Amino acid sequence: MKFLCVGCDEQMTFEERQEPGDGTFGASFSCPKCGHKVAMLANPMETQLVGALGVQIGGRTLDQQPMELTRSSMIGREDAFEDIAPSKPGGVRWSAESEERLTKVPKFVRGMVKRIYVEWAGEHGIAEITPAVMDEARADLGLEAM
Amino acid sequence: MSFRTYHDVVGEDRSQLYAQVVAQRERVGRRLASVRRVVAVMSGKGGVGKSHLTATLAAGLASRPEQRVGVLDADLRSPTVARLLGVSGPLRVTEDGVEPAIGTAGVRVVSTDLLLEESQPLRWHEPATERFVWRGVLETGTLREFLSDVVWGTLDLLLVDLPPGADGGVDLKQMVPNLAGALVVTIPSEESRRSVARTMCSASEAGIPLLGIVENMSGYRCDECGAVRALFDGTAGADLSEKFGVPLLARVPFTPGAEPANCDTPGLVDAFLECIR
Repeated sequence: MKFLCVGCDEQMTFEERQEPGDGTFGASFSCPKCGHKVAMLANPMETQLVGALGVQIGGRTLDQQPMELTRSSMIGREDAFEDIAPSKPGGVRWSAESEERLTKVPKFVRGMVKRIYVEWAGEHGIAEITPAVMDEARADLGLEAM
Repeated sequence: MSFRTYHDVVGEDRSQLYAQVVAQRERVGRRLASVRRVVAVMSGKGGVGKSHLTATLAAGLASRPEQRVGVLDADLRSPTVARLLGVSGPLRVTEDGVEPAIGTAGVRVVSTDLLLEESQPLRWHEPATERFVWRGVLETGTLREFLSDVVWGTLDLLLVDLPPGADGGVDLKQMVPNLAGALVVTIPSEESRRSVARTMCSASEAGIPLLGIVENMSGYRCDECGAVRALFDGTAGADLSEKFGVPLLARVPFTPGAEPANCDTPGLVDAFLECIR
């Protein structure tokens, strides 16, 4: 999907994404020539349909996790997966508050979500995952549903 | 005013949705590069014992020397293969992917039976309305992830136990273009013949080679005297074999209480190996 500024005949550039609630997906774009801004709002069904393809609206910044679509979409049993932590030295720390917050994620998907936060923090040179870091990662990666 | 086309606008498409879909397809190809053959097990009709036969065949093959066998249970809504092959969870997840459960005779197994709560149906986190629009897409996505994200390792054969009907085979063929073919399961009845014939037509039209037919529940074996007596009227296996020019590999009697690990199905494994040779 591309956005074109009709007046300037220029492709608009992506500015930010938001999921303001009720399943709506929003993304804003601006014209690099005239500065005109638009926001695209996808309704919950459109967002869900695209999400069901296992693709990430706004593009992927991290590698796809194993069974990412299944684990984030299916209502599964708590003990279905045993996530083995990667044995990398100098791993990212978790604050007590962020550990506590992670426990609220359903177990079916928790190990995968944890891995995503760790990878995102590693990509951004962050040594400790705090609730604020989790918020930032969720907004950046579109993980509001997790 | 006329718009330029998508491709005329040469700038980056940040979402790259199409590229992501292509990447998913490539991921399946990379994962299955170490699998010598992928064979679908299909039927047009439920209740013909397709999953039991899949498990029996997998266990029989895996008991042979140098046969490494996997079973992907694509019957997402009514999964039974995992129990038949004696596996349970949890499934280990590593950076490389999800490790399959190891069942009877070392058969590697993945099934939604390992993911769902006992007696719970397949359900998704969903908006309250219009679920029919995307439910099928999600199920196809799960099948794709079973293919691409399970660490199948080196296999001589991956059997895919499809749900009843033709759609599963067509979807599978699109995800696995070099699908070796399909093994078709029927019971002797006329109703089964009609239903399975439709599925075989669809499979042929989708370019899926029909490898062979197994007529299941072809009589029942008395567990006292060992005699085989008729269970259904009809000769669906032979009829379908003649109509489609596909070999009838075996006629398997129903044996009460038989488990896949110890099923006596004379000739089935050899006939199957011959048809995929």
